[in-house]
Amino acid sequence: MAEIALRQVGKRFGEIEAVRDLTLSIANGEFVVLLGPTGAGKTTTLRLIAGLENPDQGAISIDGRDVTHDPPAARDTAFVFQQYSLYPHLTVYDNLAFPLRAPARRLPEQEIRKRVHEIAELLHIGSKLANRATRLSGGEMQRVAIGRALVRRPAIYLMDEPLSSLDAKLRAELRLELKRIQIELGATVLYVTHDQIEAMTMAARIGVIREGRLLQLGTPREIYETPNDIYVARRLGMPEINLLPAELLSELPAPYHTKTVGVRTEHLQIAKPNGSGLVGRVHRVEHLGDQNHVHLDYRGHALITLADPHQSLAAGQEVGLALLNPLYFDAAGRRIGIAAE
Amino acid sequence: MAQIRIEKLRKAFQDFIAVDRSDFTIEDGSFFVMLGPSGCGKTTTLRMIAGLELPTEGRILLDGEDVTYRRAAERDIAFVFQLFALYPHMNVADNIGFPLKCQGVARDEIREQVRQTARLLRIEHLLASKTSKLSGGDRQRVALGRAIVRRPKAFLMDEPLGALDSELRRLMCNELRELHDRIGATTVYVTHDQLEAMSMADRIAVMNRGVVEQIGTPQEIYDLPASLFVADFIGSPPMNLIRFEGRLQRGDRAVRIREATVAVPEAHEEATVESLVLGVRPEHVALSESAPMRGRVFGTEYLGTTQIVTVTIEQGQVKARLPASLSVRLGETVGLAFQARSLMVFDAATGRAMRSALHEGNAHG
Repeated sequence: MAEIALRQVGKRFGEIEAVRDLTLSIANGEFVVLLGPTGAGKTTTLRLIAGLENPDQGAISIDGRDVTHDPPAARDTAFVFQQYSLYPHLTVYDNLAFPLRAPARRLPEQEIRKRVHEIAELLHIGSKLANRATRLSGGEMQRVAIGRALVRRPAIYLMDEPLSSLDAKLRAELRLELKRIQIELGATVLYVTHDQIEAMTMAARIGVIREGRLLQLGTPREIYETPNDIYVARRLGMPEINLLPAELLSELPAPYHTKTVGVRTEHLQIAKPNGSGLVGRVHRVEHLGDQNHVHLDYRGHALITLADPHQSLAAGQEVGLALLNPLYFDAAGRRIGIAAE
Repeated sequence: MAQIRIEKLRKAFQDFIAVDRSDFTIEDGSFFVMLGPSGCGKTTTLRMIAGLELPTEGRILLDGEDVTYRRAAERDIAFVFQLFALYPHMNVADNIGFPLKCQGVARDEIREQVRQTARLLRIEHLLASKTSKLSGGDRQRVALGRAIVRRPKAFLMDEPLGALDSELRRLMCNELRELHDRIGATTVYVTHDQLEAMSMADRIAVMNRGVVEQIGTPQEIYDLPASLFVADFIGSPPMNLIRFEGRLQRGDRAVRIREATVAVPEAHEEATVESLVLGVRPEHVALSESAPMRGRVFGTEYLGTTQIVTVTIEQGQVKARLPASLSVRLGETVGLAFQARSLMVFDAATGRAMRSALHEGNAHG
């Protein structure tokens, strides 16, 4: 278990700056998620830490020791990939034992057995140890792949979208399991994904990354409630945050430089039209069971708000709108008032 | 415009019964979704409606007319597969107009139809563009344009959004539904994604192993699942299903789960077995110090507005959807209170929902 620090790390592939001036530290036992779209530099960051790529600038240290130029084997990291790459001819047991049998480690077979059984129990695959790896379900295979990383007890686990090839139900189950295992082991994890649900539900801190740049680092709640800019604000939240040009909301006591006003769906509230204030028109009501998404039109702009599933609202109906906790953004898309917090 | 009537439809592939005893009506102008896991018979049903597959038994009526054995081309129905294939060497207008060109429609007429279609999809400004220059959403709109330009009586869609990532899929769900609202053509849509079904459908048919388990509006299916299968398939997270041994008599207003008494809507039928299942949606679970049902917090998942708290009780895990502001610690012991008026009881052996006051519609005022 260890603390990881990246200081002003940069990596370029030809014309493309994959990672730009990245400074990030991950505390011992912390679960950090890098959230960003394809091509944002997430996987490159993992590969830089693992030593599979060399940075052009900056330094990487593990537990205070500079490892920037160390080979991968000297760094003590374990990688979990999106595609479970198991040895198909081996049993689950032998797949899990494989990393421990590396010549460099020379662990006694008894110790190997103990660790494999511990990890298998933790992952609820204890009854499958004698099975061929190829005779498992997708979820079980991915558990074995995660188990193979866990069994070594490395300084840090690097996980590259490990759940994205699974179906939604299994993904939800493994999200919870992975978090539980991380807490039980006190493991240090850097996990990358493009899925905001994975980031919000598992991370102690989320780093929102775009075009190689870290835009904001904070707890899921900080990122959700106080995003630094419009991009980050849109990255978390389903449905997406509502954005309106400030000139349509002259009633609002917005700061002077406000160009855009952002309102989370749960902060846009439907009220009876009372002659003053904002009036929108219901465009469509989407029934999702636990709640309704109400699609509204406000002066030519589409807005979405949440409503109780049994609240009766009809398309075409006029409703009053109230804005709670609006976020104000300037012309550059930066949220106004960041420094004051 | 068309009403589609399915009568006692059955399809067997040798020993395998793909569709059994299907019987329902898709109203003219409605958006109808067939929902189920792979292998449930939804695509086979759709293919029979299209005329790409012949039923073993039963009839299909299009606007009252028996089309069961009519060829696909004679049905005036458009079948839309996954929505991504565009002809890369043609511009947007030529892509949309292609089906009309194949039918030998006059050039002026094609131009007019393409323009109208583009207006419906709000992509008029893109008509001269190369398809390779388009964003993901615009590509989907063009593909959709090609499907609707012929103005058939009905659209049949088989997982058209399956290849898209989740955010683009949400966007396209909205667009498909809004397009439907503008043109009003009967649409039959097949998917395994319950969120897509809930978000778009007027009515949903939930299918399992060739059989339609339930047909209803999204809210009916969510609030009153007819079976354990439906209860578990709908919702994210799905309904909590708590197995217990107990009795249920007509008129009962509570069930006993071990030492705990749990109030439920008044039972309108008697359970013939003692293996029962209590169904409770995550948003109907609250934490309460005084609640008799107790467990340990296994995990919490922050979702912005709400959080999902997973609690391990004797009977398994229960998920609660709670305000994100509530502080819950891992490992702590909590009591679970269930919203009595929204609970369901199922027969564990048959999976069937027991009828209760909830079914009489007086539970939600």
